[in-house]
Amino acid sequence: MMSGYSVPRRISTHESRSVTLLLIAMALGYLVLFLGLPLYVVFHQALSKGWDLYWEALKEPDAWSAIKLTLITAAISVPANLVFGIAAAWAIAKFEFKGKSLLITLIDLPFAVSPVVSGLIYVLLFGAQGWFGPWLQAHDIKLIFAVPGIVLATIFVTFPFIARELIPLMQAQGKEEEEAAVSLGASGWQTFWRVTLPNIKWGLLYGVILCNARAMGEFGAVSVVSGHIRGMTNTMPLHVEILYSEYNFVAAFSVASLLALLALVTLLVKSLVGWQAKRSGEPLHHGA
Amino acid sequence: MSRFRAHSVLPGFNLALGFTLLYLSLVVLIPLSALFFKSAALGWGGFFDLATGERVLASLRVTFLTSFAAAVLNALFGLVVAWVLVRYSFPGKRIVDALVDLPFALPTAVAGITLATLYAPSGWIGQYFAAHDIKVAYTPHGIVVALTFIGLPFVVRTVQPVLADVEAEVEEAAASLGAGRWDVFRRVIFPAVYPALLTGFALAFARAIGEYGSVIFIAGNMPFISEIAPLLIVAKLEQYDYMGATAIAVLMLLISFAMLFAINGLQWWSSRRGTR
Repeated sequence: MMSGYSVPRRISTHESRSVTLLLIAMALGYLVLFLGLPLYVVFHQALSKGWDLYWEALKEPDAWSAIKLTLITAAISVPANLVFGIAAAWAIAKFEFKGKSLLITLIDLPFAVSPVVSGLIYVLLFGAQGWFGPWLQAHDIKLIFAVPGIVLATIFVTFPFIARELIPLMQAQGKEEEEAAVSLGASGWQTFWRVTLPNIKWGLLYGVILCNARAMGEFGAVSVVSGHIRGMTNTMPLHVEILYSEYNFVAAFSVASLLALLALVTLLVKSLVGWQAKRSGEPLHHGA
Repeated sequence: MSRFRAHSVLPGFNLALGFTLLYLSLVVLIPLSALFFKSAALGWGGFFDLATGERVLASLRVTFLTSFAAAVLNALFGLVVAWVLVRYSFPGKRIVDALVDLPFALPTAVAGITLATLYAPSGWIGQYFAAHDIKVAYTPHGIVVALTFIGLPFVVRTVQPVLADVEAEVEEAAASLGAGRWDVFRRVIFPAVYPALLTGFALAFARAIGEYGSVIFIAGNMPFISEIAPLLIVAKLEQYDYMGATAIAVLMLLISFAMLFAINGLQWWSSRRGTR
């Protein structure tokens, strides 16, 4: 078969050249319109008034405190969900017990909940009108419209990321290697560190990257619990919103460009990890 | 040894499962149940009144119609994108493939302000629509644009692996029996990818229904016209109408659970068809 512009993958039957070109044009046109152009516009708008104003917007104290809060939030919620993900995957993949599939469904639950509702449930629990509201007020503890509420809401929305990456991976790998290690006298921790962890490292990294991207970028849930106090309870996405609603577009897109860079780095690392995992034969669960 | 699990030589079951259940309860189950207890205080009548108010129903209609339109758009073009990524090669294909996941990685607020800027009447894309007297940003059309962006990866990522697994021999057999290319697609390939396509559609639809961040910047947020249900929850909260917010939230949660149930069924169906 001759190969022109298009090389059919393993099939001898293939479309005519014009259909091939039309389909490629349609696909690329769609992706450029909905992905490429928006990505370009973020940076174009951020730099539309030059580098000086760009740096100005990023050096501003409120922007700094938003960046710091975003980093703190991710630094707490990602490790918390990492420990959970490993524990859940260990219990589910290495043991047989009743109610396992229900547990897996429950772990996925936060993905089915609207971000706004994810924030609302914590307001109903810890807000002034909430279940624990009066008690918290009596003890002068503020969770809602404060940093702890932001962290809690972020933990909720990023809850399944690492677990749902590790569970299918560890299930596919089985438990023979661990059983061999234990019967040769290794302790539980030794088995985990020396046998399990090397086998799941790419899947783990994959889950951590996706979890981190969502933790740093979450808007809806965090917006409900934050109270939007400038310089205090604003994460980067919330700071972008405030600047945008004040018609300070250059500053809004400057901060947004940092988040877009984060997204690009996430995609790059994700692809690299995916290729590495493919090479080492570790099957990755491709998904949201 | 607890009786509800099979015997194993591996250690750590009690610790791992105990921690999993504790963390799951504290972070997810107890907070979610708070929502249902709060709405139980309303009683059925009160809940029904709040959940079927005129503005609530209008916001649900906007949410569902725009989510549906975006999911249909993504099903059509997602199939084409998956097809092109699996079957053809062209320069930069790996980058294009990686870029498909951008909506998962880009914070929704960034997507929101960017799409609003692009599709505003003076924006790069909006100006061409404005020339024909069509407003995109600040109308329900704008909501569809934002939800299309948010849902873009789902269909591509569910269809891609299934399309790659369609066996060349079956296509060749069909072709050698005289089927044209279109017939092969319609009779051989499409039935194989159909369950995955439907799953991707449902995932994109479910995600769109709850979406907030990317929509509010481009929607215009006019009550009864371009106000989505999640925004109405926020609006009620800002007026300290916790009961009203809770009622809509419970309704949305029930819808999401029904969607989750349907998606699980679809995935089971498509995996069963895949291993025939």
